[in-house]
Amino acid sequence: MATGKFNLRSLARGVLSIVVFLILWEIGSRSKHWLGADVFSPLREALGAMGFKKTYLPWIGAVPAPTEVLHAWRSIITDAGYWQSWYMSSFRVLAGFTAAMLIGIPFGLLLAVNRTAFGIGFPVFEVLRPIPPLAWVPASIIFWPTQEMSIAFVTFLGAFYTIVINVVGGAKSIDVRYFQAAQSMGSSKWDIFRRIILPGTLPSIVVGSAVGMGITWEVVVAAEMISGGGSQTGGTGGGGLGFFIWNSYVGGSYEQIVVGMISIGIAGFISSELLRTLGKYVTPWLRLR
Amino acid sequence: MNSPAHEERASTRGAIRIDDVVKIYDPDGAAVMAVDHCSLDIEAGEICMIVGPSGCGKTTLLNAIAGFHEITSGTITLDGEVLCSSAKPRAEPGSDRIVVFQNGALFPWKTNLENVAFGPTMQGKLSKAEVTEKALGMMADAGLAGVEHNFPGEISSGMRRRVEIVRALMNDPKVLLLDEPYRALDSLTKSVMHEALLEIYYKNKVTIFFITHDLEEAIFLGHKVAIMTTRPCKPKKILTVDIPHPRDYSVLTSKRFRELMEETNEAVHEEALKAFQAGEKEG
Repeated sequence: MATGKFNLRSLARGVLSIVVFLILWEIGSRSKHWLGADVFSPLREALGAMGFKKTYLPWIGAVPAPTEVLHAWRSIITDAGYWQSWYMSSFRVLAGFTAAMLIGIPFGLLLAVNRTAFGIGFPVFEVLRPIPPLAWVPASIIFWPTQEMSIAFVTFLGAFYTIVINVVGGAKSIDVRYFQAAQSMGSSKWDIFRRIILPGTLPSIVVGSAVGMGITWEVVVAAEMISGGGSQTGGTGGGGLGFFIWNSYVGGSYEQIVVGMISIGIAGFISSELLRTLGKYVTPWLRLR
Repeated sequence: MNSPAHEERASTRGAIRIDDVVKIYDPDGAAVMAVDHCSLDIEAGEICMIVGPSGCGKTTLLNAIAGFHEITSGTITLDGEVLCSSAKPRAEPGSDRIVVFQNGALFPWKTNLENVAFGPTMQGKLSKAEVTEKALGMMADAGLAGVEHNFPGEISSGMRRRVEIVRALMNDPKVLLLDEPYRALDSLTKSVMHEALLEIYYKNKVTIFFITHDLEEAIFLGHKVAIMTTRPCKPKKILTVDIPHPRDYSVLTSKRFRELMEETNEAVHEEALKAFQAGEKEG
């Protein structure tokens, strides 16, 4: 847990760690120039003689250096297509995530408060839950009329299960004494739902959505790669960041792959940070612990 | 009832009569008797202390009065009205009997003021402004001025207990059911809380059903102390504490207090020993 206090020393440590990482990466990827392209060729030959493929030896020299990545980034930063990729992925994440919240929270609450609903709904839910969202991609493409909808649906699945599980768990773990106290003081069933179950579940909803948001980004990128990123809509930008990476790979622009990866990292970080702030705002009583 | 201990009680409501109550738990067919033909009379406005070893079935009795659990047989009445009986094994929970729970049950997501205002708000008897005014007044009376807008998690556990008692009193209950409310407090805080409880009691004159395993606490606070046998639970010895109220902490060093402690200590120790041995067998 973060202390919440601004700490200069830990900030300095964080910056230092990133700088050292970048320097090592730079050195690693430039090493092929310093060492000469074929410094490992005797080793490769030896491996080849042993029956391995000669290309099997991994080396960071194959990865573009951070300076090259930065350069590639600068050249596309004004490219509308790149920002369109950001927009498409963010839009899909937001759509899938919002749908997962809107459907998952009421569904989870229903399972938690109603025994019949739990008996009927939970087994189906538990059978479907272990199926990874990405396994849904082909079925989803067949089922939904547009590529866009199928990606949004898979993204939705990524967050949905986590949110439901957290809501059910959170609601069920509310201390029975809160119900007893509320009941003694004359609360109606609706009062108990609104004033005990909802706020009592809120911390779990916050945790569930934070985890769900992370999964959403993982899923959207993979779905965009697999489904061709809705590229039938035309243009390079319609595919989102996942397709941007895939496209860069196909086009042989390795620097852009890394640009795409870092972009997703930043996007994920921003969305988690937003959720965390929102979460703190809606659960003010947890700030003190 | 003209003993000196009862003189200062003016309350005419909140008399509880527990008559021949039995409670058998039946987990997986293995019948466990928690309460065994227990009878106990608590007068209106009396502080009745229930003393017994942990797990003896005291809380079962409290849950039956509050309406959280069913009884197997017997009758419990409040001011002559049947709360529960063989015919109606579970009492209806209501704002005339408010429980202060062992580890506290203030709603963590509500501020102290919102917690205190909860009962009257639910019952809709007063307007919002009236509820707030009454809540602020009662909190100030109980030494809780300044923490109204804090969350329960922000104040000390002693203060939380006080907030919870005020929250209970806001419902204008006939009976306060206290389930070892001070168990988790250190002994210094405890002594402060005891005097604070008495102070609140002198102002409100409500019947108090107070569960504890601390004999000193029981004799210091109670008009009546019921020492219970270990599981199954029923009164082993009922002691009338003839030290006049209002009491303060000087009572603890008085001769009469010592005598009463001596008189009852043996009985309590015996039951504690039984409970311990039973626990060993089960464990």
